[in-house]
Amino acid sequence: MKFPLSWLKEHLETEASLDEIVHTLTMIGLEVEGMIDRAKAFEGFVAGLVVETSKHPDADRLRVCKVDTGSGQVEVVCGAPNARTGMVGVFAGVGAYIPGIDLKLKKIKIRGVTSNGMLLSERELGLSDEHEGVVELPEDTLPGQPAAAVMGLDDAVIDIAITPNRGDCLGVRGVARDLSAAGLGRLKDLDASPVKGTFESPIKVSLDFDAPAFEACPYFVGRYIRGVNNTQSPKWLRDKLLAVGLRPISALVDITNYMTIGLNRPLHVFDAGKVNGSLHLRLARPKELLAALDGREYELDGEMTVIADDKGSQALGGLMGGERTGCSADTVNVFVESALFDPVRTAATGRKLNLMSDARFRFERGIDPAFLEGGMEVATRIIVDICGGEPSNLVVAGAEPEWFRTIGLRASRAGALGGVEVGEETQKRILEDLGFAVSGGGEEMTVSVPSWRNDIVGEADLVEEVVRINGYDKIPAVALERPSALPHPSLTPLQRRPATARRTLAGRSMVEAVSLSFMSSGHAALFGGVADSLRLVNPISSELDVMRPSILPNLIEACGRNSDRGVAGADLFEVGPQYSGDGPDDQETAAAGVRSGSTGPRHWAAAVRPADAFDAKGDVLAVLESLGLATGKLQITGDAPSYYHPGRSGGFSLGPRNVLAWFGEIHPRVLGEMDVLGPIAGFEIYIGRLPAPKAKKSAARPHLDLPSFHPVARDFAFVVDASVAAQDVVRAARGADKALIEDVSVFDVFTGPELGEGKKSLAISVTMQPVDRTMTDAEIDAVSARIEAAVEKSCGGVLRT
Amino acid sequence: MPDEPKVIVKKYIKATAAAMSTGALEAVRVEALGKKGEITLGMKAVGSLPADQRKAAGQTWNAVKNEVGQAIEARGKELSDAAIDARLMEENVDISLAPRPQAPGRVHPISQTFDEVVAIFGEMGFSVAEGPDIEEDWYNFTALNIPPDHPARQEHDTFYLPGEKDGHRMMLRTHTSPVQIRTMLKTKPPIRIIVPGRTYRCDYDATHSPMFHQVEGLLVDEASHMGHLKGCLIEFCRAFFGVGDLPVRFRPSYFPFTEPSAEVDIGCTRKGGEFRIGHGDDWLEILGCGMVNPKVLENCSIDPAKYQGFAFGLGVERIAMLKYGIPDLRTFFESDLRWLRHYGFSALDVPSMTGGLDR
Repeated sequence: MKFPLSWLKEHLETEASLDEIVHTLTMIGLEVEGMIDRAKAFEGFVAGLVVETSKHPDADRLRVCKVDTGSGQVEVVCGAPNARTGMVGVFAGVGAYIPGIDLKLKKIKIRGVTSNGMLLSERELGLSDEHEGVVELPEDTLPGQPAAAVMGLDDAVIDIAITPNRGDCLGVRGVARDLSAAGLGRLKDLDASPVKGTFESPIKVSLDFDAPAFEACPYFVGRYIRGVNNTQSPKWLRDKLLAVGLRPISALVDITNYMTIGLNRPLHVFDAGKVNGSLHLRLARPKELLAALDGREYELDGEMTVIADDKGSQALGGLMGGERTGCSADTVNVFVESALFDPVRTAATGRKLNLMSDARFRFERGIDPAFLEGGMEVATRIIVDICGGEPSNLVVAGAEPEWFRTIGLRASRAGALGGVEVGEETQKRILEDLGFAVSGGGEEMTVSVPSWRNDIVGEADLVEEVVRINGYDKIPAVALERPSALPHPSLTPLQRRPATARRTLAGRSMVEAVSLSFMSSGHAALFGGVADSLRLVNPISSELDVMRPSILPNLIEACGRNSDRGVAGADLFEVGPQYSGDGPDDQETAAAGVRSGSTGPRHWAAAVRPADAFDAKGDVLAVLESLGLATGKLQITGDAPSYYHPGRSGGFSLGPRNVLAWFGEIHPRVLGEMDVLGPIAGFEIYIGRLPAPKAKKSAARPHLDLPSFHPVARDFAFVVDASVAAQDVVRAARGADKALIEDVSVFDVFTGPELGEGKKSLAISVTMQPVDRTMTDAEIDAVSARIEAAVEKSCGGVLRT
Repeated sequence: MPDEPKVIVKKYIKATAAAMSTGALEAVRVEALGKKGEITLGMKAVGSLPADQRKAAGQTWNAVKNEVGQAIEARGKELSDAAIDARLMEENVDISLAPRPQAPGRVHPISQTFDEVVAIFGEMGFSVAEGPDIEEDWYNFTALNIPPDHPARQEHDTFYLPGEKDGHRMMLRTHTSPVQIRTMLKTKPPIRIIVPGRTYRCDYDATHSPMFHQVEGLLVDEASHMGHLKGCLIEFCRAFFGVGDLPVRFRPSYFPFTEPSAEVDIGCTRKGGEFRIGHGDDWLEILGCGMVNPKVLENCSIDPAKYQGFAFGLGVERIAMLKYGIPDLRTFFESDLRWLRHYGFSALDVPSMTGGLDR
């Protein structure tokens, strides 16, 4: 909402400075978003009278002008065709900043003649693109007068943001009322007294709505004015509209805009000569067409309110007038409309037709239902004043809807809710300045709400009014009382998991990404697809049209993008949501990661190799362990989803159904479809599926029994079928003596012709930990024999000799 | 000491000094102190002397043994030191070469900022609550006093999903505020929660991303008022930005779910083209807040005659950008490794009020 200071002062009698006004507006909730102060931008530009011109000795198109600047005469070289003796232009001296061309003026010689300044064009002033000639001021302007004042541009324009609840401040008068309540002056009186009509309007009005749609337009006030002259608006009116960015069109149109912005009272003026018969307010007929004033033709439906004459719809109620009955320079008789349109219906119509207008913006926030006649009287006065003419009596259809209501207010609530003690008298004064009426006192005040404040519905709203105008800066800040001397943990053990997973992976040289929760349905299809319930109705692009079923595709895509930029070998992870449906339980937190390219940059001392499934497996185990899971209990499965390499992937589960994680190389065909270079190893850990930690009685760890005897290590190499899983051999060896054998690990795997077709060699190292005495060679040999027997029995392993 | 032992001592000391290798030195030791060494034999012979001479002779030979033994030991150390020195001279490397690489991991600024916010509000007794990204419009709008026809609903640029539950449309939450509702429906006051999470709006340009992050706060009890709201948020802003006297300003504003409502600005300066948080000539809006609208409490079956409280919502990207000087919102979600390495945080930088919030 933009308005020039002079427009505000039409309604507010104030001595306050511009800075005070701007500051106060922001501090009472009418946030100033911008301010154009041309008086400041044009500082130093003065009216300059050209007292003499002569041709430039060395240039045909240039002239040398002697300019009276009010404080002396200077010579200026000027190329403008309209620079001539006797004209008054806008003069800028040496040192002035020229906003339109971003230049600081210097004294320069142009083809040998010194120029001591400039006469400015509109473009140089930053007002328009006009550069044909220099600006001409009225010839009687005294030299030296500030140019901004002479041009009527010394009026600062303030732009404020209006929150959706403050429809009343979409008129300058509403802003002035708030400022006056805040102590910045007095709200001037508005003369809305009846204008006497001299005849009955030949155009009648009827409200033709059926029961459920009565509210579409419950109240309509009209007036016929005959014999008007739709001339150009006077300068004061044109200047105001220009200042707020509206193009002056003709007096009648300009007056409706003036009423809309000044008093928040949208009006429409019909050319009465073009209206057939009477006006009917009704719902549009399906597919009815209306050519509106914006030059577009709209196809209407049966939910939209129109103002129709006997022939058809002539205006869209609350939105825009129609072209056929609009005013022109030839208009002689007019019918002025001041109506009340339903906010909801007006907004819905505007959305359906994609039509925004100053009227719609105001109607959908709610217009003062008690200012239809008043607005008409004010408008009539201005029309008659500018265009002449003779007004009819008012035409009234429907009636002012019931808006009066009262709300109880306890004086103590300013302190108890608003946090600041405000005296009862001050509370009353503030409310009354805002247009409320207050009766009673203390804890039993009764406040009646003015017709223009549809946002005030309860006591809290009244407290806000009091505290807002009193000033939020007067509320003393109070430290929050702590419920206990020391804070409790903010996160539950389950809520800590994402952070633990995150910092574990970041500690393993992975880089955390946060990617969008969306992805393309095409990529989603490669990762198992998504339910129809996860397809966005209104995606911002086809690349982001579904909720992601897995985080991996976004990370793989990121690897591709980084690699395209020349940054290869991305090791990225994300801890975030993935979706399997649209219910609250269908969202699951996963820690997913990818390791792409090689294990590191080539290095003189460290061998590098392509990232593989065991990198991913290591990440999974690290995360699961950091989350407190005893990973020894996990079952490993080989049936990872199809987007993993079928032979180089697996999963961990607790029991047959509860899969905690998948890992492995990403299927090369999936990478191919995504146009990303492999190999990429990836993993997905479903951190919500881990069993909840058991509530412990104490944080104490189990007692540590340190054995006092040396452990003994023995190595074995077994030849087994290639299909035997290493884990089975390890488990068999371990089972040979559960008390003595502390650890079994595979330290070598190889295949070769000497082993035979379909065979492999697994070398394991077994650590035995005696508990009560040192082991003898015989005892060690006995355990070894049991290990050999166990591996042979369960895995068919034959000891290599 | 009689002459003979003296001569022996002199002889072996000389031989020790002459030994140029550990092998040669060992030979000297064997000759003198070995099982059949000259000194060993000399000591053995003491036993066969007459009783009155044994004591003196024993002392003499012990002295001989000690002196020679110490000389051999000292020479041994000399020789091994020299051998180590000689080996180390051979073993030099080009120490300018790079060590074996271990790439540093990184935590995303969004995660770090969440952790910082939780650390601060945790200190004030708030605990973390969460809710789903895919919401019913009742939780996201209606229960928050934004009825279907409310203009504020249009300003939210909502992403919709095709589904419906009990007549409510499914959508992506446009703010973290629905978790206020979910929490109040299942928890009795007093309530102190913060809600970090993903939020979505159908808007994409230089200053809008279709996904962004918010932290919601909600406090409900019997007595907290706007003064407490101010105290709570001023403390937060000062702790988060690490500026103890940061100017913080509250301006009236409007949110359907709070009444009275406010926006919060922090002081800043843009003098000399450089943006800085702190004392200055300018203000920057960073969050919205207000006292919980009584209608919202009613919608959650909490008696507004007895309970009141405040709520706030802050944009995580915005405060992260301000604190860490990140210029562009959209870059947060591009997963550009160069960006992540530059703006990310070490895994060990866990923010806490005791350990500090600045990295």
